[in-house]
Amino acid sequence: MTHTLSVLVENRPGALARVSNMFARRGFNIESLAVGPTERPNVSRITLRVDCAQESIEQIEKQMHKLVNVLRVNELEPGEAIERELALLKVNAPADRRGELLALAEVFNARVADLGPNAIIFEVVGSPEELDSFEELVRPHGLKELARTGRIGLARASTARAPRRQHVLR
Amino acid sequence: MKMLGSDAILRSLEAEGVDIAFGIPGGAILPLYDAFARGSSVRHVLARHEQGAGHMAEGYARASGRVGVAIATSGPGATNLVTPIADAWMDSTPLVAITGQVRTNLIGTDAFQETDAVGITLPIVKHSWLVQNVEELPGVLKAAFHVAQTGRSGPVHVDIAKDVQEAEFDFRYPEDVDLPGWKPPVRVHPRQIAAAAEALAAAEKPVLYVGGGTINADACTELRELAEAGGIPVITTLMAKGAFPDSHPLAYGAPGMHGSKWAMNKCDLLVAVGSRFDDRVTGKLSAFAAGAKVIHLDIDSAEIGKLRRADIPVVGPLKAALGELATQVRKLRASNGKGPEAWRRQVDGWRDEFPYRYTKSDNLKPQTVLESLRDLTAGRDDVIWTTGVGQHQMWAMQYLVCDRPRSFITSGGLGTMGYGVPAAVGAKAARPDATVVCVDGDGCFQMTCQELATSALEGLPIVVVIVNNGWLGMVRQWQEMFYDERFAQTHLTHQVPDYAQLAEAYGAAGFTVSSEDELEPALEEALSCGRAAVVDARVDPEEKCFPMIPAGAAASDCIEFDAEEWVEA
Repeated sequence: MTHTLSVLVENRPGALARVSNMFARRGFNIESLAVGPTERPNVSRITLRVDCAQESIEQIEKQMHKLVNVLRVNELEPGEAIERELALLKVNAPADRRGELLALAEVFNARVADLGPNAIIFEVVGSPEELDSFEELVRPHGLKELARTGRIGLARASTARAPRRQHVLR
Repeated sequence: MKMLGSDAILRSLEAEGVDIAFGIPGGAILPLYDAFARGSSVRHVLARHEQGAGHMAEGYARASGRVGVAIATSGPGATNLVTPIADAWMDSTPLVAITGQVRTNLIGTDAFQETDAVGITLPIVKHSWLVQNVEELPGVLKAAFHVAQTGRSGPVHVDIAKDVQEAEFDFRYPEDVDLPGWKPPVRVHPRQIAAAAEALAAAEKPVLYVGGGTINADACTELRELAEAGGIPVITTLMAKGAFPDSHPLAYGAPGMHGSKWAMNKCDLLVAVGSRFDDRVTGKLSAFAAGAKVIHLDIDSAEIGKLRRADIPVVGPLKAALGELATQVRKLRASNGKGPEAWRRQVDGWRDEFPYRYTKSDNLKPQTVLESLRDLTAGRDDVIWTTGVGQHQMWAMQYLVCDRPRSFITSGGLGTMGYGVPAAVGAKAARPDATVVCVDGDGCFQMTCQELATSALEGLPIVVVIVNNGWLGMVRQWQEMFYDERFAQTHLTHQVPDYAQLAEAYGAAGFTVSSEDELEPALEEALSCGRAAVVDARVDPEEKCFPMIPAGAAASDCIEFDAEEWVEA
């Protein structure tokens, strides 16, 4: 089963290396990873996507907690978190196909980031699953290049409680 | 106070109460050695190889319960420290490794003797720091000592650029650490303790499966209270030898590949205390203590459920946990009037049925060497044993009697051949009044014997007893048993080198024995000569270590010693 982990780390050299090293060393695969700043200047958030069994995710959380630079580890439960990703897609777009592509883009709220004589770069933000769908639909037109940021997420504001699987020592 | 970074390192070590550091100088760490030349209350012990320095620091830490400090230069100095750091990581030994690094303007340029030391040690340290700004130095060292010895103890690594050591700054050693992400548990959940106490009081066949964490937690007194309160048989792993007195009636030896197995595999309640279900203990995991309920006590929550599901997890400091558990179990046992006496009789029966045993012959037997050492030191409370890794280590575990914690120092998790001699030197430095005896193999001895020079010249005399079978004995045993006797690349010979002559060359006393008659006088003289000594005990090369549960097999597949005539331990 795939899990999303939201990890707050001290913004120090090597913090990301320590987290990714722990995964490699203990034989867990990272499917996607995104790092960026948070509301606190010295703290970064790493959002990780991991495909593993429930026992493994518990082990991963506990091992991550032992890393000195790691401040907090939360699992983002589907349905209890908002998850987003950004993608840039360079798609073949000769003049006669543009209309069709632009109509498709409108459905997904994809923006035209750049337009050339034979190609369009779309910029699309959404849940990773929405991005997957958009990617599949434009692929037949000729997907020349694709870049995705990896998912980021936050626990919902509308659920009053903290994320359910916040790690507790037990 | 204005001072150089190099002096600040020593003032920091002094502030941490460090009395001895082990190391070797080199280019990138020269400023620190210049600071040693200017003076410090920290004694520096000069090793002959950085690996030796690292194992000395480990031996010091294991014998004293304090943090060991090892110092090396950049590049090869740092890489030579990797093995001791990995060893300390596997056995949770508190170690601060300090290495020099090339100047900050050279970092990343493949400069002379530059390696990414922090990158190399990353997977085998609790934490590490590359110090490129002298202002950070005191805080980093404070944090390093704090992390090494809090929570589950282990190694940390501080890599310090040469120009940082040379820079002048205003030194002040911080009183507190600033580590918002480091929060090891400091108390135990009372509900978990209560649940554990109830399960223990109700169990008919309980066993305490005690690991090295118990010694690290200084919880051996509390362990004994618990065992006695519940009348619970105690099994101590290799790393825990001495955590519970071997001569105590509730002591039932070691578990695992070469240990005793039935108590653990037939119990209905397995109480893991600072132990981690290592594969050398469990064999086939699914068959290990099958059906038993598990209580797992550990300071490291990640160990709980890592390999075996715990029915009652107890996370926190073992000293408090075991002490409270003992109190509650005593009360519950008193009120329910039950005790595991029938189970004790059963376990006693297995002990009588399966003692460690071997057959004597004209050849000197390795087990006889261990029995002699045991008998010659019987009743003494000033003996510390260290070992290498292999058959001799297993025989030492089986035959030596250790009644006190920190009296048996060995490389468990990493299985580092060559650990014994330098660890003994470090133990001697920690406990100068102790008689420190390294039981070594001939293969192991040749990996780190250069540290005899350190022993002889630094006034740290140790006794090394080489159980010399002329082979890489444990590998030979596997080749004989599992590789159809194809003895590939395991024959070292009894004669080369001549260990007694080698000892003399290093300024130590040398003895060679090859019969039982010669053995005891030589051991006696080595133990009492007051200087570094090496006894080369040339033993039967074909002797194998039993019992043996093959790797990955279950206890029921155990290969027992089999012969017509034998002697018992």
